[in-house]
Amino acid sequence: MFMTFTILVIKVDPIQRSVSWRWENMVMVGVGSFFLSFLWRYAMARKLAGNKNMAEGKILKTTIIQRLMEDPKLFRPALIFLAVFVVAFPFIFSHYQINIMTTALIYVVLGLGLNIVVGLAGLLDLGYVAFYAVGAYSYALLNYHFGLNFWFALPIGAGLGCLFGILLGFPVLRLRGDYLAIVTLGFGEIIRLVMENWNEFSFGPSGIANIPRPDFFGHEFSLQNATIFTYFIMIGLALLTIFFVNRLQNSRIGRAWIALREDEIACQSMGIDKTKTKLTAFALGATWAGMVGVMFAAKTTFINPPSFTFMESAIILSIVVLGGAGSITGVILGALILSLAPEYLREVREFRMLAFGACMVLMMVFRPQGLITNVRRVYKFEKSPDSKKEQNL
Amino acid sequence: MKDILEVKKLTMDFGGLRAIDNLDLDIQEKEIVALIGPNGAGKTTFFNCITGLYQPTGGDIVITPPGKPAERINGLKPNYVTQRGLARTFQNIRLFQNMTVLENVMIGRHCRTYAGVASAMFKTAFQRREENKIVQDSYEVLEKIGLSEYVNELAKNLPYGAQRRLEIARAMATDPFLLLLDEPAAGMNPQETRELDDLIIRIRDREGISILLIEHDMKLVMSLSDRIFVVDYGRKIAQGTPDEIKENPVVIKAYLGEDLDAQA
Repeated sequence: MFMTFTILVIKVDPIQRSVSWRWENMVMVGVGSFFLSFLWRYAMARKLAGNKNMAEGKILKTTIIQRLMEDPKLFRPALIFLAVFVVAFPFIFSHYQINIMTTALIYVVLGLGLNIVVGLAGLLDLGYVAFYAVGAYSYALLNYHFGLNFWFALPIGAGLGCLFGILLGFPVLRLRGDYLAIVTLGFGEIIRLVMENWNEFSFGPSGIANIPRPDFFGHEFSLQNATIFTYFIMIGLALLTIFFVNRLQNSRIGRAWIALREDEIACQSMGIDKTKTKLTAFALGATWAGMVGVMFAAKTTFINPPSFTFMESAIILSIVVLGGAGSITGVILGALILSLAPEYLREVREFRMLAFGACMVLMMVFRPQGLITNVRRVYKFEKSPDSKKEQNL
Repeated sequence: MKDILEVKKLTMDFGGLRAIDNLDLDIQEKEIVALIGPNGAGKTTFFNCITGLYQPTGGDIVITPPGKPAERINGLKPNYVTQRGLARTFQNIRLFQNMTVLENVMIGRHCRTYAGVASAMFKTAFQRREENKIVQDSYEVLEKIGLSEYVNELAKNLPYGAQRRLEIARAMATDPFLLLLDEPAAGMNPQETRELDDLIIRIRDREGISILLIEHDMKLVMSLSDRIFVVDYGRKIAQGTPDEIKENPVVIKAYLGEDLDAQA
């Protein structure tokens, strides 16, 4: 209250040489902070109660979404509803909405890709956008020089992303935590700066324009239809990603990643090749970034280096952390929120970043584990406990 | 009886500090060997050298897995050492806290299985069969160790004694011929220690796995071990059967201090 005093209450008018005292503002601030402090205390109390429950080893099914996921009776209809909504979406909403949604889907895939590296393998990668740039530029350049179409560029972009992932992976394998973060941060900047300054290769800051949108067996769409088509391709890509990432994280490799995140030394002593495991995580994460990069170039039809700044990496990382590292649903939700919220908050754009920042701080205070907690959903049911026990008895 | 692990003149320096000094040790098939010594004697360092976490400065570590030729394993990476059949536990429990008990053991199966990225993505028949087998094998290990009631519990929620046993279970899952236990009874109550005693004997008798253990609980060491090695300041000061060690004046001196009898 006292800190805001000088700004809100005293108004000095230098022209009329008068000072007006606006006491009503002070009352407002007082009342506001009074209620906020109550809210804060309530939230803190809830958090403490939650911690207590955790300490007692109770399994908390707090979020509605978790309950939704576990109960097939609720899950099926919800899934069908979602599918119908997704298909109908482009025919109900405007061109602008479809575009936003496509961008959001791009972030979903990016988030899921980074989730492999950060969420599962626990390697903090701050330069993820570099692989995204690699994908985008590979399509743009291949198309410019050789007229390669989207469908050929997609696997090539993914492959190049993977290659760069391995290239970055090798030198940083012995690094951990903060050191790894710094190196990946540097790598991200290197790629961007090379693209910005190597004029002969990448056309520098002016970027590459007129990148063709995806075609359908050579058939070019009108702008309206192309947008819808792009949207559906993106839906397909997102589904493919969810499908593969889900399988990966429940596989032998996925378990090795999680073990690596939990305890590196124990992991090695249990016979897991640290080098190989880290490299696969890096390479796979980068593969998806490369693929989506191609998609991004095709969607915007124009790319230049400022699309791939550190800010972009930071947003993708926030998606993973906010959504719940390691949890697929969490990351999807995080991506949708983080990419859609700024769009819909355009009306109040002065406060957009403020609200964004406040949300982040509150999230980290009250739900540091992310929106959707990474429940060990790999409840593999032992196949023959009963038969085994019978044999023993 | 033949040696399955033979350590000759093992030396480990940390800068100017010699943590292990020309240590010799051998373990035979189906033997339980204890490595004891005062705190800071270099016991855990010795484990770390054998399992590849440290690169020994000098000496030889030779293993002879049953039915396989002898092999020198100095300086091999930890995962290759484990692959060759040496599994260990840790003094300060190093479980994968946020994974379930079953998953912890499944990690142990990692080095005995092969499915890669591509087969996981396309869920090939091979991968599915292997995955089922991993679950099956892991569950069997849990039953052997007596942890099957906790299968789907998170490792961090387990009682302390069970966590210690889970570490053993995880190590067992790698199909070792030699199990290295680093203070398995640390922090256990007498009841749990007795159960551990039985468990270790059972592992040796039923699975035919040799065991090398570091332990401070003398009752456990004396009742379990076939032979005992005593180290102090990185040097071996005695070796022999439990009865011999009990009587050994050098050992008593190392544990109880210099000239205690004379002053008394």
